[in-house]
Amino acid sequence: MLDIQNLHARIEGKDILQGIDLRIGAGEVHAIMGPNGSGKSTLSKLLAGHEDYTITDGTVSFDGADLLELNPEERAAKGIFLGFQYPVEIPGVSNMVFLKAALNAQRKIRGEKELDAADFLAWVKHRVKQMQMNPAMLSRGVNEGFSGGEKKRNEILQMLVLEPKLMVLDETDSGLDIDALKIVADGINLMRSKERSVLLVTHYQRLLDYVKPDYVHVLAGGRIVKSGGPELALELEEKGYGWIQQAA
Amino acid sequence: MSTNQEDIQALVRNRTYSAGFVTDVDSETLPPGLNEDVVRAISARKQEPEWLLEFRLKAYRRWLKMTEPKWAHVHYPPIDYQAVSYYSAPKSMKDAPKSLDEVDPKLLETYKKLGIPLREQEMLAGVQPQVAVDVVFDSVSVGTTFRKKLAEAGVIFCSISEAVREHPELVRKYLGTVVPFGDNFYAALNSAVFTDGSFVFIPKGVRCPMELSTYFRINERNTGQFERTLIIAEESSHVSYLEGCTAPQRDENQLHAAVVELVALDDAEIKYSTVQNWYPGDENGVGGIFNFVTKRGDCRGPRSKISWTQVETGSAVTWKYPSCILRGDDSVGEFYSVALTHHRQQADTGTKMIHIGKRTKSTIVSKGIAAGHGQQAYRGLVRVLPGAEGARNYTQCDSLLIGDKCGAHTFPYTEIRNPSAILEHEATTSKIGEDQLFYARSRGIAEEDAVSMIVNGFCKDVFKELPMEFAVEAQKLLSVSLEGSVG
Ligand SMILES: Nc1ncnc2c1ncn2[C@@H]1O[C@H](COP(=O)(O)OP(=O)(O)OP(=O)(O)O)[C@@H](O)[C@H]1O
Ligand SMILES: [Mg+2]
Repeated sequence: MLDIQNLHARIEGKDILQGIDLRIGAGEVHAIMGPNGSGKSTLSKLLAGHEDYTITDGTVSFDGADLLELNPEERAAKGIFLGFQYPVEIPGVSNMVFLKAALNAQRKIRGEKELDAADFLAWVKHRVKQMQMNPAMLSRGVNEGFSGGEKKRNEILQMLVLEPKLMVLDETDSGLDIDALKIVADGINLMRSKERSVLLVTHYQRLLDYVKPDYVHVLAGGRIVKSGGPELALELEEKGYGWIQQAA
Repeated sequence: MSTNQEDIQALVRNRTYSAGFVTDVDSETLPPGLNEDVVRAISARKQEPEWLLEFRLKAYRRWLKMTEPKWAHVHYPPIDYQAVSYYSAPKSMKDAPKSLDEVDPKLLETYKKLGIPLREQEMLAGVQPQVAVDVVFDSVSVGTTFRKKLAEAGVIFCSISEAVREHPELVRKYLGTVVPFGDNFYAALNSAVFTDGSFVFIPKGVRCPMELSTYFRINERNTGQFERTLIIAEESSHVSYLEGCTAPQRDENQLHAAVVELVALDDAEIKYSTVQNWYPGDENGVGGIFNFVTKRGDCRGPRSKISWTQVETGSAVTWKYPSCILRGDDSVGEFYSVALTHHRQQADTGTKMIHIGKRTKSTIVSKGIAAGHGQQAYRGLVRVLPGAEGARNYTQCDSLLIGDKCGAHTFPYTEIRNPSAILEHEATTSKIGEDQLFYARSRGIAEEDAVSMIVNGFCKDVFKELPMEFAVEAQKLLSVSLEGSVG
């Protein structure tokens, strides 16, 4: 589904990604862990089409297409979703208006019929219920005045509404209370299927207890320095990153 | 943002001003130039009484001694007032239409193109939200709808020329009492040469049964439009009035200098909304309307209320400060404004709130958006006079910049001469966030749509003050005006 080869990226003259190789097959869950500043968010945003990064080398293909040729909205329509580490506020634009515009824009790009107001409302309310959110939030501005945890939960709500194929979740677990973490994890699991894949960026084992990864990778200094199964996350939790970086 | 730069450039080039067509009507236009004879000719053509001619002449003589104000944050070439024609009327209007049936079909067609189907409006009455419409084409009013229904309620809604003929005592009593003939350069010019505009009178205790609306259109080349609007709300009455403005796309600048006077007596309420979409000129600043307007409301009676809401997306240069004189005790003044400048447009706009009565309250919410090379200034005055015990003002003034070649400036002035006054002021300037744009795009929303969505969100506090139907129109207008603003 996703195939990243030898990806190098730079921002403001600084090389951040220095040769990433990563393949994610359909239905797989991959976790990426790694020290602060190692390039995890950079990789995530780059996949979603952020235009501030210059790609100096490498290729990324998604479902057979050259991902780097597509703009963010085209990538979204193709099924890439980024759960932001720091979700953005858009004051005065209600969550409802935003989500409807997003879903219908994607459907339009894909040549599908746009949902009318009634169908959309039913669909979004169904998802709001699954995320155990107050439907009143739909008429509030996008993330406007939301608490840190509420913003993260809203990211997952958007994901459930949009039903993407590749879910890139950048520290969605950070800042969530214990109950909210469980709800968010349930939301992710709800979306898992043979056709959908997940890339989880996280610092903690907690989320991985709920959403079992097939592979765990360690990103350090802009490279994947170690890959393994779920047990690697447990080992990291115990020993930290020092031993890998020394070995690498 | 560089990947779709070319697309955006193309969009900029293709951007069309949808109201920019010219209607081919046979019209009678005074030759360019201004002198006492022209003032007399206008008055004679309108068969005005002597007192009105005197009013015009006094204004003209005062105007001769005045100079154009230069303090606004706008730049434009000097205007040759002798090159403007001060009167233009479609010929078929010579004997003024008595009903829409007598209106030149070409004019009706024009208004239909603008989305103001006068005839259908009357026919569909009861199906659609009811809005009575008066239209002013160049210098004359061409027809007012829903007359009968309004007359039943005792409401007078007609062109000011007609009001001068039919209700001279009312016009004489109120004209020039809010904006005196020598108030400022443009108001004096208007008082001398005003041609048409709307007149509204709501008698005591009446709640106007529908929205009233006037559409102004400049069609002729080299004509100025100097309309004059007078709205009087007697004790405990209520009216909501909306004006819309468009002009054809022309390479030369055209002058528009209107005066609007509102009078609210005890417990009366006037809500005045404007959607101004005069031709803004092209992306290089060629053409467009010079919009120099004096709008003022007088809360003459206790507990009266005047509320201005404006959405200003058109004009090459805008100079406009809808104001409230809060004379009556406990009277309330409001000003909600969205002003957008794109390409080479310039706007210097804001309000004046003059607190005279006790416990008078004013609210100012101004949202300025600048894109391209647009320049935007908010200029507001809050003045509290010694007698205005317990006056309150809240001012919120936000600017949003799109791109880095535009500018926003705020000039808030306060003059407080009563220590019990409470003033709150908030101001922000933000750039449209790259992070907001990326967030929206990552959800599938195209860049242009994301910009217009973010801008509409920014303006929400003002849009919610507009009558429902017009709020939708204003949002669309904003989106169209923003086309080609990113990249
Ligand atoms: N605009 C920028 N200019 C300069 N350096 C930048 C810029 N954006 C990111 N960086 C740098 O790139 C590096 C990688 O940042 P990134 O956000 O990808 O880290 P991360 O792995 O997500 O860290 P964390 O775990 O703290 O979220 C950091 O050193 C950061 O300072
Ligand atoms: Mg990060």
